[in-house]
Amino acid sequence: MNIVVCIKQVPETTEVKINPETNTLIREGVSSIINPFDMYAIEEAVRLKEKYTGTTTVITMGPPQADSALREALSLGIDEAIHLSDRAFAGSDTWATSLVLAKAIERLKNVDLVICGKQASDGDTAQVGPGIATHLNWPQATYVRKIDKIDLDNKKAIFERLLEDGYEVLEVDLPCLITVVKEINVPRMPSLRGKMKAKKQSIPVWGKGELGLKDEEVGLEGSPTQVVKIFTPPPRESGMIFDGEAHEAVDKLFGELRKHLL
Amino acid sequence: MRKKGIEVVKEKCVGCTLCIKACPFSAIVLKDKVAVIDLDKCTLCGACKEVCKFGAIIICKPQVVKQDLSQYTDVWVFVEQEENRIASVSFELLGKARTLAEDLNAKVVAVFLGCNIKNKAKQLIDKGADRVIIVDNKKLAHFTAETYGNVISHLIHKYKPEIFLAGATTMGRSLVSRIAVRIKTGLTADCTGLDIDKENRLLVQTRPAFGGNIMAQIITPSYRPQMATVRHKVMKELPADSARKGEIIEEPLNEELMDTRSRFIDFIKEEAYKVNLSDADIIVSGGRGLGAPENFKLVRELAEVLGAAVGASRAAVDSGWIPYSHQVGQTGRTVAPKIYIACGISGQIQHLVGMQSSKIIIAINKDPDAPIFKIANYGIVGDLFKVIPMLIKKIKENKGS
Repeated sequence: MNIVVCIKQVPETTEVKINPETNTLIREGVSSIINPFDMYAIEEAVRLKEKYTGTTTVITMGPPQADSALREALSLGIDEAIHLSDRAFAGSDTWATSLVLAKAIERLKNVDLVICGKQASDGDTAQVGPGIATHLNWPQATYVRKIDKIDLDNKKAIFERLLEDGYEVLEVDLPCLITVVKEINVPRMPSLRGKMKAKKQSIPVWGKGELGLKDEEVGLEGSPTQVVKIFTPPPRESGMIFDGEAHEAVDKLFGELRKHLL
Repeated sequence: MRKKGIEVVKEKCVGCTLCIKACPFSAIVLKDKVAVIDLDKCTLCGACKEVCKFGAIIICKPQVVKQDLSQYTDVWVFVEQEENRIASVSFELLGKARTLAEDLNAKVVAVFLGCNIKNKAKQLIDKGADRVIIVDNKKLAHFTAETYGNVISHLIHKYKPEIFLAGATTMGRSLVSRIAVRIKTGLTADCTGLDIDKENRLLVQTRPAFGGNIMAQIITPSYRPQMATVRHKVMKELPADSARKGEIIEEPLNEELMDTRSRFIDFIKEEAYKVNLSDADIIVSGGRGLGAPENFKLVRELAEVLGAAVGASRAAVDSGWIPYSHQVGQTGRTVAPKIYIACGISGQIQHLVGMQSSKIIIAINKDPDAPIFKIANYGIVGDLFKVIPMLIKKIKENKGS
């Protein structure tokens, strides 16, 4: 079974702070991590490989420094990594990003399953996964919380999807793309052997040439959406804190709560 | 011809460092008193250009061939239903679509797919639709992104809407991402603001990113329809007006559009959800401060008397006190209810990004330095085991009046 995991390098949100004076993001010294949801995608791929054998490949589209995210995935048990990096990719929206990732998956050939995290913690769009599936003309299962069954002989799989008020059981033909939620597994820690291997492994870099993409299909030009403005939202007004005797505090809070309940 | 991309005009840059502070990606440094942009880090988001007071940053966007977009009219709303119950977000969107359509002098069209749904169409007209396009077929009884995506893409080709809105729900997001790629147009996720730029006849879409720490305004200048998913509880539903008149168009299901590669098997409703988290006006959440799984009943009780949904912090979920489906925060759900009550939740940033867009935040915590108090509208510093039962009592007493 050949599995591709798509990951994204994102800023570690814990360290994103707002400068109260300028009201802008303080990003100095912010370290980068693998998008938290992608960690579950990586773990699920490694588990499936352990069960069904085959090859696992991790891909990311991103600047040169995203190399470290790929190496971290390798240290966690993924076999191969491909880095999709090209100046021409800068400014890609979800349409163009999913096209680049889909082209890489096509180039890898004989892929049975693509796993993505539910969404990235910086953009929160959840659009790239289904976008890739559509570019490939594959079916999809989003928000997967459990893989019930994979039937490689008949090229079918059964997934449980976490929805707002319960879960759906869906049967999908392979190859397909899934996006996963946290509930699907508990990711392992990297092994020492894995770390050593990841350090030495060579990671091919594919640009627009390797992927057979033209300038106008990627980056700003290949992106139907345009960001016209970025701003920080007004900070929340400071609140009323009641720290006196419990009875009094509850009375005061209830008085306020009541206004909003009406 | 100028190269595509971003450029600092050295003669204009005074080295004020405003752009460096504004860059969300730490891509700008000062070299010899001039801003220098690291193109490997830059995503061309434009935050620097926005703050530069000297016009020293130029982003050269590619010239797009102006297509004739005038044949695209009307504002479409995807009507989400499950077991023939229409999701409240769809009504909210019809309300918003009315304002947008009035600005554009266009019609509001509800797109409604399902099985035995015809009798619900008038309800959509009462709530703001001028026209309802229905595809009613037993093969559409259960949603799959592939088939629904095919059918709606076909309708878009046929009728050419200018704007297409759907709820930013699990269904909406899974569906419209496919449609936008299929018909090649722009899609903006999880919008909290939608306005019409009348001069350019464009939909200006505002959305939070980085967990609400940054807001972005996004447009789709050259493709139609302009597509967006919209958050629950942000737009206002109109009161039902049974005197409203509208047109109902029934479209047959073209069998060729059925995608049989994904098959619905079952839906298991979780009984624990008396009130659905993303749908809720009020959410009561519990965290580590509850101390033990059995204490979650306090949170449930408070939720019960308020008619609220029950949420939880990651700490409570990871301790196994409550299922993951209740988790609010970065690795759980993002919610924005009218009132969010955090009980025994310290307010780590990962939790805050999932709930800080709530209208009113109430925190109950014994630690006065807990970060949750920094964003709370109201807070009680105290023992939640005392405070919550008192609050429940108080609410019950006042329920009659």
